[in-house]
Amino acid sequence: MSPARKTDVARAATLAGDRARAQSVFSPPPLEDARKDHLLVAGMVEPGSRVLDVGCGDGLLLALLREHRGVDGRGIELSREGVSHALARGLAVIQGDADTDLADYPDDSFDYVILSQTIQATRQPRVVLEHMLRIGRRAIVSFPNFGHWRVRWEIGVRGRMPVTDNLPQSWYDTPNIHFCTMRDFVQLCRELGATIEQAHALDAWGRPVRFNLPWWFWNMFGQQGVFLLRRRDVG
Amino acid sequence: MSEHALRSVVSIHRSEADDPTSPVQRFGPDEPLMLDAGVALAPWQIAYQTYGTLNEDRSNAILVCHALTGDQHVANRHPVTGKPGWWETLIGPGRPIDTGRYFVICANVIGGCLGTTGPASTRQDTGGPWALDFPLVTIRDMVRAQAMLVDRLGIPNLFCVVGGSMGGMQVLQWAVSYPERVFAALPIATGARHSAQNIAFHEVGRQAIMADPDWRRGRYLDEGVRPGKGLAVARMGAHITYLSESALHRKFGRSLQNRAAPTFSFDADFQIESYLRHQGSSFVERFDPNSYLYVTRAMDYFDIAADYDGQLARAFRGSPTRFLVMSFTSDWLFPTRDSRAIVHALNAGGAQVGFVEIETDKGHDAFLLDEPEMFAAARGFLDAAAVARGIA
Repeated sequence: MSPARKTDVARAATLAGDRARAQSVFSPPPLEDARKDHLLVAGMVEPGSRVLDVGCGDGLLLALLREHRGVDGRGIELSREGVSHALARGLAVIQGDADTDLADYPDDSFDYVILSQTIQATRQPRVVLEHMLRIGRRAIVSFPNFGHWRVRWEIGVRGRMPVTDNLPQSWYDTPNIHFCTMRDFVQLCRELGATIEQAHALDAWGRPVRFNLPWWFWNMFGQQGVFLLRRRDVG
Repeated sequence: MSEHALRSVVSIHRSEADDPTSPVQRFGPDEPLMLDAGVALAPWQIAYQTYGTLNEDRSNAILVCHALTGDQHVANRHPVTGKPGWWETLIGPGRPIDTGRYFVICANVIGGCLGTTGPASTRQDTGGPWALDFPLVTIRDMVRAQAMLVDRLGIPNLFCVVGGSMGGMQVLQWAVSYPERVFAALPIATGARHSAQNIAFHEVGRQAIMADPDWRRGRYLDEGVRPGKGLAVARMGAHITYLSESALHRKFGRSLQNRAAPTFSFDADFQIESYLRHQGSSFVERFDPNSYLYVTRAMDYFDIAADYDGQLARAFRGSPTRFLVMSFTSDWLFPTRDSRAIVHALNAGGAQVGFVEIETDKGHDAFLLDEPEMFAAARGFLDAAAVARGIA
């Protein structure tokens, strides 16, 4: 397995269907203003597919996927405020918790299950990932990379738990209870028998780290990891 | 109640049951209402109110379904009590259900007592009230009656069906019985079946009515009496289930009613007692005791999954309707887990569903009260659905 090349986001965008545009209710911001990590995820999703976004926040990514990829999307979000915003975008979002509610979803009910910047805040990341790969044919997971050099510097040299732009909370009030590095995540995927179809490291500005570099480099300089996983038994 | 007051209550009830202060659609022998009990009810009538204007496409109609003791007067002054409409917080000009934008219909349920045929209505064949000869009705019968009304009004499809509690049951039944006719569904504080605990509370209420010597095996209207005490007790018991322990404590605590010390009697020493007595007696003035028996029974029989081998998801499979389900944290009559069961089934059936649990200490009654988070969610959901439906 080797890290995929930079995704052609522009090509992905032009695949947007007019049908999706016509159906859309409240438009997400124009593509050029969209978050870079959202664009990367959008590029991984086949047009017209069914997507479950776990921890969807105010539904910005789902709205982008609906608008530009013609996706039939659903969301789960813990905060009432996030759910209300998503409903106002015309999205089907339920208030719920990744740790408890994924068990209710039938096998193979989605093409993709997305978990964006949330796995480190779940109580049982392994169980959550197992459910994602059961519910969806593919899973897309993004998370802050605890192997990033700033984190290593804070712990290794300063001897402090890191507080960075990407991870702004102190150890005692952070919701992030299960940090991992990109290599840790790759190891978990192996244990679960998941195939890594794409892997990307994003820099501090959410842009893909450009070059096809060895893992140790990504694990050191990628601030976020974004992985597209496939269950072994599906094509 | 004095003899005179009793007569006036009884005469108001008889006239509202047969000739209500509302528009009425009457269905003759050729248009019976086919009831789940196996009876073809004819003739029969349905009383309703409307607000706003039906647009040219006939695409902006919202049907509001009322709860157990509600009626069609959802957004106008009540003809019997003189009180404002029961859901004016949600429905009206500029409200989430904006009567400047939507055509809102609300009808009295079959089995009710404000103009739709029920046990207090006059039988055409005997000239006397139906009383217990009226066939048992179900939530599905209520929905069938509403569908015939909507047909009569020339409305092919509803933009939205909305309701709380028993109204929410009707919303779910609409989506199951007529999926193609419901664009959006908004069931609030409800369940896909009535729980054992809820059936138990209803049974206590019914027994209180039937234990009143003036109930006369249901023939009180013929005999010129009224089981008001029994109905009041039923209402008092039920009213407790609509609140929450913390709301009761917040509103009443152990405060005494207009007195400095307990009276060492069975007077209403505590404010909560006085409040419940008032709830009981004011209810008696506006509701028919037999109707209470019938409508509580309809809720008890409600279990959508039972028609689908116990699998709720099958009831909603392939549903084209978009749903928003809402529950309240302190509602122990229809707790959040009941709503989650609906959401789970809708998801498993592949339907489009949103869900919000509103934080409040006001219990089941919260759906009728000023709950800004509920209004915000409902408004967002309806606005988005209206755009998708092409309603200006």
